[in-house]
Amino acid sequence: MVVDGALFEAREINAWRGDRHILRDVSFSVRPGEFLKVTGPNGVGKTTLLRVICGLLPAEGGELLWRGKSIRGRRDEFNFELGHLGHLNSLKGDLTARENLKFLAGLRTTLTAQTIDATLDRVGILSRGDLPARSLSAGQKRRLALARLLLADAALWILDEPVTNLDTAGIRLVEELIVDHLEHGGLAIAAAHQRLLDDAPCLRRLELEP
Amino acid sequence: MSWTWFHKLASPPHAYRILGSLAPWFGWASLALILLATWWGLVKAPADYQQGDGFRILYVHAPSAWMSMFTYVVMAVAAGVGLIWRIKLAHAAAAACAPIGASFTFLALATGSIWGKPMWGTWWVWDARLTSELLLLFLYLGYMALRASFDDPQRADRASAVLALVGVINVPIIHYSVNWWSTLHQPASVTKFDKPSIDLAMLIPLFLMIAGFQLYFGWAVSRRLRGEILRRERNANWLKEAA
Amino acid sequence: MTAVRTPTLAAAKLVFQRDMTLAWRRWDEVAQPLIFYVVVTTMFPLATTPDLSALRVIGGGVVWVAALLASLLALEALFRADVEDGTTEQWVLSGQPLGYLLLAKVAAHWVLTGLPLVIMSPIVGTGLGLPTSVWGVLMSSLLLGTGTLSILGGIGAALTVGVRRGSVLLSLLVLPLAMPLLIFGSRAVSMQMDGDSPAGPLQLLAAIFFMALSLGPIAMSAAIRISVEN
Repeated sequence: MVVDGALFEAREINAWRGDRHILRDVSFSVRPGEFLKVTGPNGVGKTTLLRVICGLLPAEGGELLWRGKSIRGRRDEFNFELGHLGHLNSLKGDLTARENLKFLAGLRTTLTAQTIDATLDRVGILSRGDLPARSLSAGQKRRLALARLLLADAALWILDEPVTNLDTAGIRLVEELIVDHLEHGGLAIAAAHQRLLDDAPCLRRLELEP
Repeated sequence: MSWTWFHKLASPPHAYRILGSLAPWFGWASLALILLATWWGLVKAPADYQQGDGFRILYVHAPSAWMSMFTYVVMAVAAGVGLIWRIKLAHAAAAACAPIGASFTFLALATGSIWGKPMWGTWWVWDARLTSELLLLFLYLGYMALRASFDDPQRADRASAVLALVGVINVPIIHYSVNWWSTLHQPASVTKFDKPSIDLAMLIPLFLMIAGFQLYFGWAVSRRLRGEILRRERNANWLKEAA
Repeated sequence: MTAVRTPTLAAAKLVFQRDMTLAWRRWDEVAQPLIFYVVVTTMFPLATTPDLSALRVIGGGVVWVAALLASLLALEALFRADVEDGTTEQWVLSGQPLGYLLLAKVAAHWVLTGLPLVIMSPIVGTGLGLPTSVWGVLMSSLLLGTGTLSILGGIGAALTVGVRRGSVLLSLLVLPLAMPLLIFGSRAVSMQMDGDSPAGPLQLLAAIFFMALSLGPIAMSAAIRISVEN
């Protein structure tokens, strides 16, 4: 049984970290245009849940459904529709901002110089495009990682603490990007401590309890 | 198709009980067979016309060499089952196999070396069989070292399973290459097992000993696997209830 | 914005290109294994005898052992930086078959370390008394052998990437698996020197290489998936 209109659904996810049973029967569903914010105190399993969704951690029991079908055995297909922004920015300090996008975002979609420039402009670091990523500030690196997420052209965004290191303008940028993504029929699931779209109509909360 | 029997068997509490009741059978049967084979091999079997009584170490050397290979294959199969079907018990079985296999390998090397002293006059020769055993020992040691270097038991299980599978594909290649290398270098050397015919009276204790070693393996795996289950399930409810 | 999905081959090419670009900016690190290779082979005449006709007997073997150790040394850090900065995570999630991406990375690594060793080997071999007549066999055996070793080492490096004392462990895991390469490779050289045809061991090396090429990516991607589980 598929929840009405849900594009992504998690059913009774269980996960362990070493000896600790962190996620117990976590179920939720997300519709297009919805932003699911996962909240809870430190160590409650927010990152674990996001990594399980991405398949970066094995779940024990439970099922993930995408477009109404289980993703078991169709990981690569699902991954292509999934954009992930983790704790790590996945940048190479020795490569320029442009090269970083070309070599990483380029694995998913074919990029042109124009799309790269337009995206760098969108996240506000076009003027830094030819600097080695090493010389960018922490906030600029996060923006570059956001640019990679945009270029992935994915329907489902998985964001782990997306506004880390960002100033108020940066946080507003993330909110704009998410809203824009949702208006185009996308979905987003994020773990965040800070305020993030807290009063927006698209927001739904998933409170994890220890 | 129903897999419930399989999952029931693979569930830790069930496996723990079954292994507990199996172990003594394996243990006593192997003890009886090994004692019988020892008596037969040392007392009843005739001395070798060339090597005199020295050949009798064969009754330990050959079964341990056989068991060292057998254990590696069992370990790799268990690791593969664990990796593909995500069965924790299979990973635990692979973990239980490794030290046993390494001990068999070590025993084969030690007895081979002791045998070499009267036969060749040195403790070590680069004979194909001994060299293969030595490389197999390295494989076991690498497997155990990899397993020990992870803190998270699940990652340890899966990483070492990949290694065991890569290793088991390599074992025949290593074996073949060492044989090839050895024949090129020592075409006329005496190889221990290529005698034209071995007397039946010598063979019977050998087979008895191999059977005894197999049962010993069953006993040792059951005991080690029980230990593994206890270690892995130390927080599980069924254990708390049992205690 | 409608995006076109990158073909797998193009994605693999990007990974290859990226590693070449990175190496170009850190060329001093790339040169280290090669220097190690020459230094190790220099140790043998010093430790045994400067007599070339005596060295010739072990020359092929020494070149092979040194080449294996040098390329293993370089493999240790193969995936470390990429796992630590989260790049491999993105590879896993790229929707591309992970094995091909990793194979492209290993190929770049081989071009940067294995190939220079192969090219350098006649010079090193000459220092150990190997005649020019064995150059061809020496180089072709090393070509196949270092290729296989890069894949085996790639599996080992992927398994040990997040592990304490990874470098010693990597050698412990990979060297026993590489013994057949050493046996066939150095025997091919000495057979050529003795006037026998080295075709047999060379064909075996090629067979092992193709086996590693076909099965290696599966093992590597399984190992990397385990390594990103953090």
